[in-house]
Formats: sequence, C-alpha cells, structure tokens
Amino acid sequence: MKFERREAPYIRPANSVSLVMLQVLVALVPAVAAHVWFFGAGILYNIVVAVIFCAGAEALVMRARGRAPAEALADGSAIVAAVLLAFALPSLTPWWVTATGAVFAMVVAKHLYGGLGYNLFNPAMAGYVVILIAFPADMALWVAPRMGDLDYQHLNALQTLWFTLSGELPSAMSFDTVSRATPLDLMKTGLAGMQTAAEIRAEPLMGDFGGRGWEWIGNFIAIGGIGLMLRKVIRWHIPVGVGIGLLVPATIMYMIDAGSHASPGFHLFSGATLLCAFFIATDPVSAATSTTGRLIYGIGIGLLIYAIRRFGAYADGVAFAVLTMNMLVPLIDRYTRPPIVGHGPEQPG
Amino acid sequence: MKTLKQQFAEGLWTDNPGLVQLLGLCPLLAVTTSFANGLGLGLATLFVLTASNALVSATRSLLSAEIRVPVYVIIIASLVTSVELMFEAWFPAMDRSLGIFIPLIVTNCAIVARAEVFASKNPVGLSILDGFAMGSGFALLLTGIGAVRELVGHGTLFADLGMLAGLDGSPGLELFDGGFLLALLPPGAFFCLALAVAAKNALDLRSRRAHGLRRANPEPR
Repeated sequence: MKFERREAPYIRPANSVSLVMLQVLVALVPAVAAHVWFFGAGILYNIVVAVIFCAGAEALVMRARGRAPAEALADGSAIVAAVLLAFALPSLTPWWVTATGAVFAMVVAKHLYGGLGYNLFNPAMAGYVVILIAFPADMALWVAPRMGDLDYQHLNALQTLWFTLSGELPSAMSFDTVSRATPLDLMKTGLAGMQTAAEIRAEPLMGDFGGRGWEWIGNFIAIGGIGLMLRKVIRWHIPVGVGIGLLVPATIMYMIDAGSHASPGFHLFSGATLLCAFFIATDPVSAATSTTGRLIYGIGIGLLIYAIRRFGAYADGVAFAVLTMNMLVPLIDRYTRPPIVGHGPEQPG
Repeated sequence: MKTLKQQFAEGLWTDNPGLVQLLGLCPLLAVTTSFANGLGLGLATLFVLTASNALVSATRSLLSAEIRVPVYVIIIASLVTSVELMFEAWFPAMDRSLGIFIPLIVTNCAIVARAEVFASKNPVGLSILDGFAMGSGFALLLTGIGAVRELVGHGTLFADLGMLAGLDGSPGLELFDGGFLLALLPPGAFFCLALAVAAKNALDLRSRRAHGLRRANPEPR
C-alpha cells in the first residue's frame, strides 16, 4: 500500500506560479486596452512577436538543457516577461528588434542563470536594455497619442502591422511626421534648452500630470496593480518604496526650484514609473525577499529612476534602475534577514 | 620535464591565459572589436611574452628574490617600448587603431605571471617555448573573439587587415549589411568571452564524459 508522503508546509498556499502569472496578465489587460486606444494596435503586434520568441527561445533552451520544454512553458513566466518587454517598446517596433530582446531575455538573462527562480536579473528589463543599446534608432520611434485636437499622422492597424513586419512606413509618411518625443524626452530636452518647466508643460502633448494619453495608461496600470495587491499577488512594500524613492527627491527639488524641475506628478505619471512600481520591480525572483529588504529595494529603484531622469543621458531610467538594484539584492537580503525564532538577533556572516 | 606537445597543449587549451587563467582581460575586452585589432595586439603580446620569458630566464641566477618583480617590470617595459616604436615606424595605422593598448601590454598580468611562475625557474629554451605557447594561446583567443565581434557587430571579416602589412586600409570581406551593434560595445566583449569560456568548459566536460569520468559539479535542479 502506498502512503502519500507529507512534508511541511502542511498548509499549502492557494497561489501556484502559473496562477500568479495568470493574475498578472489579467491585471495588465486594462492598460493594454488603453495603450491600443491611444497609440494604436502596435502593442498587440509587439506582444504577439515577444510571446512567440520568448516561448520559442525558452522551449529551445529547455531542450538544450535536457529538460522538457513544457515544464518551463506551463508556468507562464515567459509570457509575463514577453508582455512586459512589449510594454516597454514603442508601438512601432520592427519584429526583429522585439525578437532580439525576447531571445536575450530568455536565453541569457533567464536560462543561463539557471531558469525561473535562479535568474539574478529581471529578464524583461535585461532584454529591453540590450535592444535599447543595440538599436537606439528603433527605440526612439514613439508615436503621438490619438487625440482629436492633435494634428499628427497616424498609422492604421494594417499599416502598423506592415511596419512591424518590414520596418517600412507607408510611402506617404516619414519618420518625422509620425513620431513624436515622449513627455520625458520633451521635458529633458526642454530643460536642457533653458525652457522653464511651466513652458514645457504648456506643449499640446502634455496633459494634467504627464503626457496626454500616457497618464491614462498610467491610471489603468495602477488599477491593475492595486488589484494585484488586493488579491495578495504582490505586497505593498516595493510599489510604495518606488514611490517614496522617486517622489521625495522630485518634491524637494520641485519645491526648491519649480522652474527647472518637473513636478512630482509628472514623474509619477510619465515613462514607466507605474509599470515599474507595480509590475516590473515586483518580479518575485529578482526582487529582495525580506519585508525591510523590499522597501529598501523599492526606494533604491525610485532614487535611481530620479537620478537617471534628472542627470543621466537617457530620458527614462526604469530598466537601468531595476537592473542595478537587482545586482544589490543579494546584499540587501543578507543584511535584512529576519532573525530566526529562538536564535536572537543574528549578525550577518 | 614537459614535452613540447604538453607545453603547447597547456598554452593553447588546458591552461590558456585568457580562457582558463582569465589574465590580461583588459586588452582582451577592449581591443577585440575586429579580427585585425585582435591579431595585431595578439602578435604584439606574443612577441613581448616570448622575449620577456627569454630575458627573465637568462637573468634568473642574477636576481635576488626581493627585487625580482621590479626587474621583471623593467624588462617587460623596455620590450613593450621597443614594440611600440616598431608599430609606430612600420604599422602606423595599426598603432592608431590600438592606441593606448600597446603601451598597456606592460600591465598585462599574463606576462608577469609567466615570468614569475615559469621563466624564473626554468632554462632559457624551455622558457622561450612556454612564452611562445602561452602567447599563441592568448593571441588565438584575441583573434577569435575579434573575428566573432566583427562578424556579428559589423557583418565584415578581416577588415583593415592591411594594417598589419603597413597599408592604410583594406575592405576585407563584407558578408552582410549592418549588424548587431551590441557585439561591438563593451558588454559584447564580456558576453563573447563568457560564451568562449562556457564553450571550452562544455567541450572539456564532453571529452571527460567520453572518457567515462563523472562530472564534478552536477547542474543545480
């Protein structure tokens, strides 16, 4: 007769890895819908390309490692990484650029480090940084939001699909007529060009807090993220930490000199701040694991985002901030390890 | 006493200064953006390493232990200076392309390491062979990484190889347009080296398995 072997923990959590990943994907749906509404179907194509190449690369690596591809594909983490990568890309991105990032994310950032649970770096951000460095021109092709009073050329769904496949615009359009600076780019170049923050905010592309369109997508990302928190998929420490780390220096600088610094609201609703706080930094594998550690990790990311936006060469710094803090996670975990019951406060070492 | 074959097997493979000892990584990572650059610096290093091994070995009985390292440095520095002058005189294009990394051969720890580990304890003939074997291993690695980075990053191979003959530029093979820029940037150098080390380990593992030996470190599950 066979007995079921019982080992601790006896009370199993209701969340499995695939269930967590599924909830993350569901939480991203409103934001993707808003992205399609404001910037066209491009993100959908990017998601399809990223998912195909992430899943394909993961299956090949698993085979090369002598393990069943289904084992890794079933947990859905590759799909989440693919969707986050697609979210980081401009809606007009040729497929080979997305594919490069996806393959790098899976093969180098994830599986060369040992696969899910072992990867030191957030795969989506590692893949994004690689294509940001390798294809700088393609990564600058952001389009203007579709708003009635903004007079920019827009590609329809079919033209966008053709661009994704071939990297060519319709003959009547040029890169200058379809692409526009992102709000962070506008702010950065404007401030460097001696404009005041208020003058930059008066541009037609700017909305109440961040850029028009962008801030709405931010709202939907926040809704999805708060939903994840309520369902206890993510905990509040990292998002709050990122908020503190970014907003405290932003507020201080804004109060000192409002003319040459963007407002805290602008920082919160621009670029990938909210996506980072709720979806990227909260990656359970590459983030810190203790409660204090998570706060430190989040605050560090926020501070780095502010520093890169304010002093760096790039307009946004989320990917670099996350990767840098990923490197510090082992250190953070070591110094914030909660004491083991009955052993007193233990010295690290 | 090692045989000639053993010495070359060590220099080129089992104890390769770049792949196994991971010495001299600064030039290895910095100049290997093309086949020609890698080969140029590889040959310069090969020459310095062989000559410094010969000189250190020849003077080994005169050296007292306390001042041996400064003397190694003087020997290596004078050799590097002469190499630099030769490059300036005969291969000016190569000299411009490699720039500061020719004088920096002085600080290549692979050279000091061979002087200390081998040349200071062995006769001149053996030391010359050791320098040549180790230098060849290093030069081959530099050239190989240079070729891969040039091919992936630029889509060309052997471009500007004429620099080694004192000519001022030659197109080389143009295999495809464009390329993956990352390979030419510093991260690309780290990735290429890491992949080369991994490939070497994988090949060693395979041959050890073929000989029926069990692996030392099982993969974490």
